[in-house]
Order: sequence, then C-alpha cells, then structure tokens
Amino acid sequence: MTTPYVALVHSPIDVARLQQRVSNDDVGAITLFIGTVRNLNDGRAVTGIDYEAYDAMALRELEAVASEIVAKMPDVRLAIEHRLGTLVVGEISVAIAAGHARRAIALDASCEAIEAIKRRAPIWKREHYADGDWCWVDPTKSSGNVQPKITEELAIVTAALAATMST
Amino acid sequence: MSASPGSVNVLLFASYADAFGSRQVSAPIGAPCSVFELVEALRTLPGGARLPERPLVAVNRSWSTADAQISVGDEVAVIPPVAGG
Repeated sequence: MTTPYVALVHSPIDVARLQQRVSNDDVGAITLFIGTVRNLNDGRAVTGIDYEAYDAMALRELEAVASEIVAKMPDVRLAIEHRLGTLVVGEISVAIAAGHARRAIALDASCEAIEAIKRRAPIWKREHYADGDWCWVDPTKSSGNVQPKITEELAIVTAALAATMST
Repeated sequence: MSASPGSVNVLLFASYADAFGSRQVSAPIGAPCSVFELVEALRTLPGGARLPERPLVAVNRSWSTADAQISVGDEVAVIPPVAGG
C-alpha cells in the first residue's frame, strides 16, 4: 500500500509534479483532476477567489479522504494538493492525481476524492466580482450545482455527515 | 491555550468570523457542556444571531454532533458551509 500525498499549499500547484508522484512502473493509468477558478458563478462575473481553511482540520480531512480511498482501492496511488490564498481566474485551486494499474480504479479514485473533499474539508471561498462586491460561497444555497454520478458508499458517507447536526 | 473558567474558546472562520468580527470568541458557557448548549450561548453574543441554529461544529478537529460533550481544553470550531475545490 502506497502512502497518499496530501498538502495545503500557498503557491501555484505544479500538476506535473503530482503526476510524477503517482507514476510507477506498475501504473497503467493516471487521472488528473484539476479544479480552476472560473469567471462566472450564479450569473455573476467573477474576477478571483480567496481560499481560506481551518488548516489543521482541513489537512486531517484530506488525509482521511485519501486513506479511506486507498483502503477501499488497494494499490491506488494518490497525490492531492489544495491551494489557499488569493487566486485569479484560470488558476488551479485543487489538483488530484490518481494512479493505478487499471483505468477504472484511477478514474473512480479521483472522482471520489474531489467529491469527498468538497463535502468534508473545512475550506471556504470568498468570491470577488467584477462590480467590486464580494461574497462567501455557500454551496447549500447555490443554484445549478451539478453532481456527478458518485458511488453509493460515498453518498452514504455524505448523508451521515449532513445528519451530524440533526441528532 | 485552555479556556478561562466559565467560558469556552471557539474558533471562527470565513462568514462566521465576519459575523462576530473576530476569528476567535469566548462563549459565555463553561465546559463541560454540549455542542448544542455552546451554540445556544454563542447565539446570545453580538453577531451571534447570524449563526444558524444548528451549524456544523468540530471538536478537536473532528466533525461533531449536537449532543457531543465539550470538555475543558477542547479545541472547538464552528464551521460555515464548506466550499473547497
């Protein structure tokens, strides 16, 4: 079992380095998920995003997400970086590299990782708009959030987390 | 740093830090108490009305539940809706 690499970073993410981290002679497929800052959200022109985190817990959640995926998909190699600070449109906010002998596992691993990170990691974004206004993004109120197909197990984990405060 | 007697130190982030005008507040409640009781106490502070009744709370850097107990010295954080990625 390969120990996953996870990090919160304050400088531009080097995707090639992440790819390198999951490369190996027994790897036949590498998926790279790259999240970038886009110029439009909920109909408003976006100029940039400030990313803030509860660093210690966010790192712990990234580690937990990666460990859980490796436990479920043995031999998958994972490298994850999430950037913090001020980013402009087009910059990379998060990157996930997953390597495995087979493509199905590599694809599943990167998909599960980004979905879990978005739900579990205590990270926030403050969007800056072209008109000078700004706003903390609240995905629970955002319209047009399209969810990819995710595995049943991940949906169960997500539901359990959402229910934590309703007990 | 442990909380002073009769209060629990709470870490705040993003929109909740803006609501309270601070990244850390002292909740007017003593430990041990439940997460639910802590949130009730926070909501009595200036800016506290902007907290939802049941915000996400982390105790010692792990997601917590409303009925979980907070002990003296625990690291407590009230967490706005997360938006990483």
